[in-house]
Amino acid sequence: MSKIIFCFCFFIALCVNALAQDKVEVIKMDALESLIHDTSEGIKVINFWATWCAPCIKELPHFEKVGKDYAKKGVEVILISLDFAEKKEKVEQFINRKSLTSKVLLLDEIDYNSWINKVDQRWSGAIPATLVVKGNSKHRKFVEKELQEGELRQLIDELVDQQ
Amino acid sequence: MLKKRKFYLPALAALCLLVFFAGNTTESGYKVGDKAMDFNLKNVNGEMVSMASYEDAKGFILVFTCNTCPFSKMYEDRILELDKEYSAKGYPVIAVNSNDIKTKPGDSYEEMVKLAQEKSYSFPYLHDESQEVAKTYGATNTPHVYVLNKTKEGLKVAYIGAIDNNAKDASAADKKYVEEAVGALLDGKSVPTEHTKAIGCTIKWKST
Repeated sequence: MSKIIFCFCFFIALCVNALAQDKVEVIKMDALESLIHDTSEGIKVINFWATWCAPCIKELPHFEKVGKDYAKKGVEVILISLDFAEKKEKVEQFINRKSLTSKVLLLDEIDYNSWINKVDQRWSGAIPATLVVKGNSKHRKFVEKELQEGELRQLIDELVDQQ
Repeated sequence: MLKKRKFYLPALAALCLLVFFAGNTTESGYKVGDKAMDFNLKNVNGEMVSMASYEDAKGFILVFTCNTCPFSKMYEDRILELDKEYSAKGYPVIAVNSNDIKTKPGDSYEEMVKLAQEKSYSFPYLHDESQEVAKTYGATNTPHVYVLNKTKEGLKVAYIGAIDNNAKDASAADKKYVEEAVGALLDGKSVPTEHTKAIGCTIKWKST
């Protein structure tokens, strides 16, 4: 009997592991650009973070919560990890540990100065940083600091209200 | 009386916020070509260091960095290399740590002394406890480099930004901004890239 339980547990562990492997897609700048400039309706909250960045990790729960609360209003939260591509597993383990449900992509672009202005001219090069874009308009917001939940809601609300 | 107070508090808070945001949005700090201020900061060996005491220097590679930021860690050896390469040529490295130690206890003076010993820093590693130097220069991130050049009118900023274009792998960096800037100054040429973004962590400011 114990053998059966052991096998069952092992099988479950394998499944969980397999699921975790699919959690993070590694992307290049062109994919991020098409995400930013996607003209379909709805608002995208694009947060730049990394597992090594303490203020980023502190604000992640706000993005998770707000993402769920605003899903019906057509708001999607996308977390862009700036961890190095070879640390993908570490990112996936982090997602599992924190039970993150938002979409997570890992941006594999090391020459920051070649792409950072394409996200926003004002970005100095530190994280956390957050870009909020409204697909079918030119409206956008960019902030380079750790956000409180209220500040994040306000950013999104301002874009929701703008025509 | 109580009512009046209630009114004053939000008004005061609003004023504070306004001042804070106004201070935040105005462009502060140096741009390339600006004259750079000297400083007098405590080094990890207990002595005070200012740039004026380097009579023979042609300029400086001033690096705002710290103990705790992963990007600063990745560049520790490269900062040592820069000093090794350019100190003898007249452009020594001076490293400055401006992080608030309440937010980052790992950036305390004692921890700086430890790191400088562990890594055998050949250059001064200065504690900008009041954060005035970082504020005056406009440094926001770590590592954040200011290449300074001595001219007849004093020290002038020749380059601001990152060390190179590959934090992860020094050997894969194909744009070595600081080396190119100092090399150009040594050759009497104009600096090819004067400004890049200093990728890394934010300097941790004291809460006022």
